[in-house]
Amino acid sequence: MYRYDEFDYQIVNERVAQFRGQVARRLSGELTEDEFKPLRLMNGVYLQLHAYMLRVAIPYGTLSSKQLRMLAHIGRKYDRGYGHFTTRQNLQYNWPALKDMPDLLHDLATVEMHAIQTSGNCIRNVTSDQYAGAAKDEIEDPRIVSEIIRQWSTFHPEFSFLPRKFKIAVSGTPDDRAAIRVHDIGIQIVRDGKGAIGYEIYVGGGLGRTPMIGKKIADFVPKEDLLAYLEAIMRVYNMYGRRDNIYKARIKILVHEIGAEEMKRQVDAEFAEIRKTGALHLPAEEVARIQAYFAPPAYETLPDESTELNKAVLADRDFANWVKSNVAAHKVPGYAIVNISLKPIGGTPGDCSSDQMDAVADIAEKYSFDELRVTHEQNLTLADVRKKDLPAVHAALKAAGLATANINLITDQIACPGLDYCALANARSIPLAQQISERFSDLDRQHDIGELKINTSGCINACGHHHVGHIGILGVDKKGVEYYQVTLGGAADEKTAIGDIVGPAFTEEQIVDAIETIVTTYLSLRQPGERFIDTYRRTGIDPFKESLYATH
Amino acid sequence: MAQHSRKGAQFQALTANRLADGIVVYLTSDNRWSESLQDADVAEGKEAGEALLARAQPTVDDNIVVEPYLFEIAREDGGIRAASVRETIRQAGPTVRLDLGKQAELPGVHR
Amino acid sequence: MQLIRNGEFVADDFATVGDEDALPDGAVIVSLERWQKERDALTARNTPLGVRLKSGQEPSAIAEDIDKLKVVALEFPVYRNGRAYSYARLLRERHGYKGEIRAVGNVLRDQFHFMVRCGFDALEVADNITPEIWAESVGAFSLSYQPATDGREPVLSLRQRLAARASAREAV
Repeated sequence: MYRYDEFDYQIVNERVAQFRGQVARRLSGELTEDEFKPLRLMNGVYLQLHAYMLRVAIPYGTLSSKQLRMLAHIGRKYDRGYGHFTTRQNLQYNWPALKDMPDLLHDLATVEMHAIQTSGNCIRNVTSDQYAGAAKDEIEDPRIVSEIIRQWSTFHPEFSFLPRKFKIAVSGTPDDRAAIRVHDIGIQIVRDGKGAIGYEIYVGGGLGRTPMIGKKIADFVPKEDLLAYLEAIMRVYNMYGRRDNIYKARIKILVHEIGAEEMKRQVDAEFAEIRKTGALHLPAEEVARIQAYFAPPAYETLPDESTELNKAVLADRDFANWVKSNVAAHKVPGYAIVNISLKPIGGTPGDCSSDQMDAVADIAEKYSFDELRVTHEQNLTLADVRKKDLPAVHAALKAAGLATANINLITDQIACPGLDYCALANARSIPLAQQISERFSDLDRQHDIGELKINTSGCINACGHHHVGHIGILGVDKKGVEYYQVTLGGAADEKTAIGDIVGPAFTEEQIVDAIETIVTTYLSLRQPGERFIDTYRRTGIDPFKESLYATH
Repeated sequence: MAQHSRKGAQFQALTANRLADGIVVYLTSDNRWSESLQDADVAEGKEAGEALLARAQPTVDDNIVVEPYLFEIAREDGGIRAASVRETIRQAGPTVRLDLGKQAELPGVHR
Repeated sequence: MQLIRNGEFVADDFATVGDEDALPDGAVIVSLERWQKERDALTARNTPLGVRLKSGQEPSAIAEDIDKLKVVALEFPVYRNGRAYSYARLLRERHGYKGEIRAVGNVLRDQFHFMVRCGFDALEVADNITPEIWAESVGAFSLSYQPATDGREPVLSLRQRLAARASAREAV
């Protein structure tokens, strides 16, 4: 993975020093809260319900064991012994004190981490595919370009006060695990007719109040021109994005209002001008320098079949179930990708204790080249595990309470922190996810139901990506009481779709039963081999509406 | 700032977050900030509420607390409780981590 | 208000005049509207001229007149509105403007660094800004990842020079 050089270190250390000064000025009263708020928000510090919250950037979701151990240590030293992995592949601490923040950031910087641009109206942490480098059909490791974008966007002087926040995601495979079509910019790595690698660009996707699917505005941007092209998009957005209404300020609204064709025309014109100056031309040597950090690890030559694995699958049903749902195919024979579920039955999606972080760090060090990934579905991934080590990895995960076998099943839910933590939330998300998880805890039933993604958000900001859940749940507040609105048919993959609202919202008492009704309706309708989303796409919403509301 | 109190709320208390550590606090009748809702001064009616809010300003100016606001409370069993789910969660802690927040010492707030 | 020009705290030698105000003697800054309406009369005065652009008034509106202008003042109606960063870069990099670009409006200390990088060489700042604050703020970062308008060498090319030096040493 990428390692800081002296320049990267200096920039992050200077940022820590700058923020230390800002916090000191606030605590001494030199800065008022009104003056300080934008400064803390530029560095991922929010004031939530119970305390401050700090969002730590995990660039494109990649972590070393050492970094994860530091996150564990910070959880113990400055927080309450845990952290929360988010749908942006970041980590949030829910209880740090403002006065401790500079020391916390200093500790983070020692392992090449920071909270830069994890909030504010700037270019946020670039997200990517958790299978990067290990996926079978990968055209190129998306972390190379993600790191290039991370550097270009860090303290970009022109784009630090955009109309609104700005999110970029990169996918290196045709299967999209990074949800690129619901980002402000989605980058799909592609190959042209001559075999050259370049980028397909989507712009104007996003969730929130007005969900939109990104529009493709470029089929192939050559590698050396990517930054010039991105700068062109950003400039058009910075100049023409709406600033009169916070709800209409995202680039998706600009694209919607002027149309994808006009957006493309403006970006192309700006791109041509920027390209002329050559300043953002990306030299092949720099790409190669960064690429070298993401060179494949020293894979052993192994037979693809592992007798140890096959034996263990036959001997241990728990293990077999875990392999079935949590282990994915790897591009190298004899290796596998291991997904670690942070969705234990009845648990909080994405929460991970410091002890668990340490355990995962040890496992990654021993079995996966000292490295791991955070997924936008709030799980962790060990990308490079020998198949013959899977039984040992499973045993170690089990000991840490991390062997839940439910990836992509109904209990592998995305949920935002909701009203239990978040100052913006209208309703709780986590208790709902917990109740659904308990209702469907039976593993045989989960496997029978098959792939089904339930996403829950506690408010319209959609941090829980409810619009793109196969089943989406949105918490709303009606006169101080929590209600839950259900959408069906959303998807965040290469067939991205925004879910349809099924009908009137449900109460807290009704919602879990409603989910069960949706599931049983699907089971009664499905044809052989159909996942929930396939059935929904075939039948449409009507049969679900009928079974949900007919009896009410 | 978001509206946290219902129009026409009869009883209100005043809450804020402490600047240095963010912890939830309540304004008491002798103008201190207490971590316990039970210590909160209760204002009855709109005018008393506004007077309560005005009393917070000096401590905002002194950088002791941030973002003070009124919220609705109900009197019951000789004590007071927050009227909304949100303020109950602020008062006690997350409903999904009963070991964290003030509820660790104040069991039974979330039922 | 005080004016910082090229890092020095200086007296403002331009008067910013409203659209209805009589023009004083000497250097003035007028709105785009007034400039467009009174271009010939203003030019005939033979005194230094500046135009002030509001957010939403793009630099292309004065692209033809750039040789006539000593100052282009770009307005930040609120610090969150960052349009003028792009305007400043366009003035310098696209339109070749060499005169003063002045940041006016809600100009906060934590943004000086970004403004200078985008080509602002003058800033109207609050009275509590001292030379020490200016120095600390504008010098918060000694390195930058991306090229901008200030000519600062980005990290990428520092790395390339370092690599070239290293390989030159190896060759010897």
